[in-house]
Amino acid sequence: MSIARGRSARVRQRIQRLGFFGMTLAVLLTITPIVIIVGYIYAQGMPAISWTFLKDFPREGMRAGGILPAIVGTFWLTLGTGAIAVPLGVGAAIYLSEYAPDNRWTRAIRIAIINLAGIPSVVYGLFGLGIFVLFLQFGTSILAGSLTLAIMTLPVIISTTEEALRAVPNSFRVVSISLGGTQWQTIRRIVLPQALPGILTGVILGLERAAGETAPILFTAAAFFLPRLPTSAFDATMALPYHLFVISTQVPGMPIQIQYGTAVVLLTFVLSMNIVATVIRSRARARRQW
Amino acid sequence: MSPRLDRVNPQSAYQPQMTADSAPAKIVVENLSVAYSDGTESLQDVSLTIPANRITVLFGPAGGGKSTLLRTINRLNDLADVVEITGHVWIDGIDVLDPAVDVIALRRRVGMVFARPVVLPMSIRQNLTYGLELSGERNPERLAAAVERSLRAAALWDEVHDRLDEPAIALSGGQQQRLCLARALALEPEIILLDEPTSGLDPISTGVVEASLQELKKSYTIVLVPHSIQQAARVADLAAFFLGGRLVEYAPGKEIFTNPKDPRTEDYVEGRFG
Repeated sequence: MSIARGRSARVRQRIQRLGFFGMTLAVLLTITPIVIIVGYIYAQGMPAISWTFLKDFPREGMRAGGILPAIVGTFWLTLGTGAIAVPLGVGAAIYLSEYAPDNRWTRAIRIAIINLAGIPSVVYGLFGLGIFVLFLQFGTSILAGSLTLAIMTLPVIISTTEEALRAVPNSFRVVSISLGGTQWQTIRRIVLPQALPGILTGVILGLERAAGETAPILFTAAAFFLPRLPTSAFDATMALPYHLFVISTQVPGMPIQIQYGTAVVLLTFVLSMNIVATVIRSRARARRQW
Repeated sequence: MSPRLDRVNPQSAYQPQMTADSAPAKIVVENLSVAYSDGTESLQDVSLTIPANRITVLFGPAGGGKSTLLRTINRLNDLADVVEITGHVWIDGIDVLDPAVDVIALRRRVGMVFARPVVLPMSIRQNLTYGLELSGERNPERLAAAVERSLRAAALWDEVHDRLDEPAIALSGGQQQRLCLARALALEPEIILLDEPTSGLDPISTGVVEASLQELKKSYTIVLVPHSIQQAARVADLAAFFLGGRLVEYAPGKEIFTNPKDPRTEDYVEGRFG
C-alpha cells in the first residue's frame, strides 16, 4: 500500500474530524449553562455578601440583616446526616462487598438500594414526617431532619463505597489471607485503606446533595423564621435551601440581592465540598500503587 | 518454632514414612479428590508423599490439578467454589482438611508464592512485616531481624537494604517476585508452595530464584509448580506428573525426566503434547 492518501482515506479523515467536532460541541453545550448559571448567581449575589450578612440574624421580616441561623442550621443538618449515614452506609457496603454471599437475597437488597436512590426527595420528607416527627415524636427537629436526609443519602454512600471496595484488586485479599490474615484483618489493613479515598468521595458527594435538599427537611426540620440558634438536636432550625425557597416565594417585597446572596452562600458551601472531593480523588489517584 | 495447629487427630493413620530417597515425609496426600462448583473435577483420587527438605515439582499440562493441590495444602481453596472435597492431606500427622483445624495457623506454617508477583500497596519493609504483625508481633527488633533474614534468604537483601521504606511497587518484576518469596519466608513457615513463581520473569531473575530455592530447601519443604518442563527438570528432586486431575507418575526427578515409566509422561516430557 502506498503512503500517499487515497480518496477513501480523505473521507475517513473528514468523518473523523466531523465526529470530533460534534462531540466538542456536545461538551460545550453541557458546560455553557452551568457556567452561565453559576456566573450569574455570583455576579448578582456577591454584592450582598458581607461580614454582616454572614453573622447577623434576618431583620424586618427577613428583608434585611443576615442569614446566620440558616447557615448554622445547614451546618448541623449536614453534620447530623453524616454522623448517621456514614457509619451505616459504609458498614452496609462492607457487608455487601466483602461478606455477603451472592444469592437471591443479597441481589434483592442491592436492587432495593438502587431503587431507594430513585425515590423523589419529597417522598423522603413525608416518610420522615410520618416516622420521625410524628410516630417517634422527635418533633420538627434537627434530629428528625438529619435522619430523613440520612436515609435519602444512604443509597449514594452504599453504592459508591461498594464500588470503591470492589475496585481494590482481589489479589491483595488472597495474599493477605495466604499470609495468615483473617478476613477482618484483611479488610481493615488492606481493603479499607485502599478504598478510603473512593469512600470519602462518595460520602462527600452524598452529603453535598443532602446539604442542598429542601423537600426532605420541609416537614421534618426547617422553620420559616427563628429568632435564636438551635441549642439541641430536638430544636427546629432554619436551613439555607429552605430559607432560599421562603424568601423567593413567601415574602413580598424581598430585595433580590438577598435572595442571590443566599444562593451564593449555599452554592459556595456545596461547591467547596465538591472541590474537596475532587482533590481527595486526584491525590489518591496520583499516590495509588496499583 | 511456628505456632502449632490446634488439634492433632488422635485416630490419625499417619505413620512417619520414608520416601524414595529416604528423606522423612512432610506432607502425605491420601485419596484426595476436589471438585469445583462449575462441574470440573479438578483432582481425582490423588495420593502422594512429599518429603521434607526436598523440592517436589508438580508438573503437567494446564488444568491438570497442580494448582488445586497446592491450594488445598494451605486451604486457600476455602476462598474458591469448592463443592466437594474428600480424602486427607496430612502435615506432620494432622489432617489439614479437618474442619476443626485452625486455618490461620496452618497458613502461617505453609507459605505461598503466586504466579504473578502481588506486592501489597505499602513499603518493602511493611510487605515483609505484614504477616508477622497480623499474628501480633510488635517487637521492632524482632521485626527488623525478620526483614533482614527473609530478604537474605530470597537473595534480595543486597539490592534493597538501603531503600526498605520505599514503595514495593517500585521494584522490578524479578525483585517483586523475590519480595513475595521473602514475605512468605518472614513468617518462618515449614513448607513453601510456589505456583509458577517465575512465569513472568526474565531468565536471569529466574536463575536467581531457582538458586535461592536450592539454598532454601535445606530448611524448608518446597512444593513447586514450574512454568516449564525445563524448569521442572532443573530443580526437581522429586517430580509428580499430573494429567486431567490424576497423578500419572511420581518419581525422583532424575528418573522421570530421563526414563519415564508411563508412556503419557514420556510423551509430555519429550514434548509430544502439552
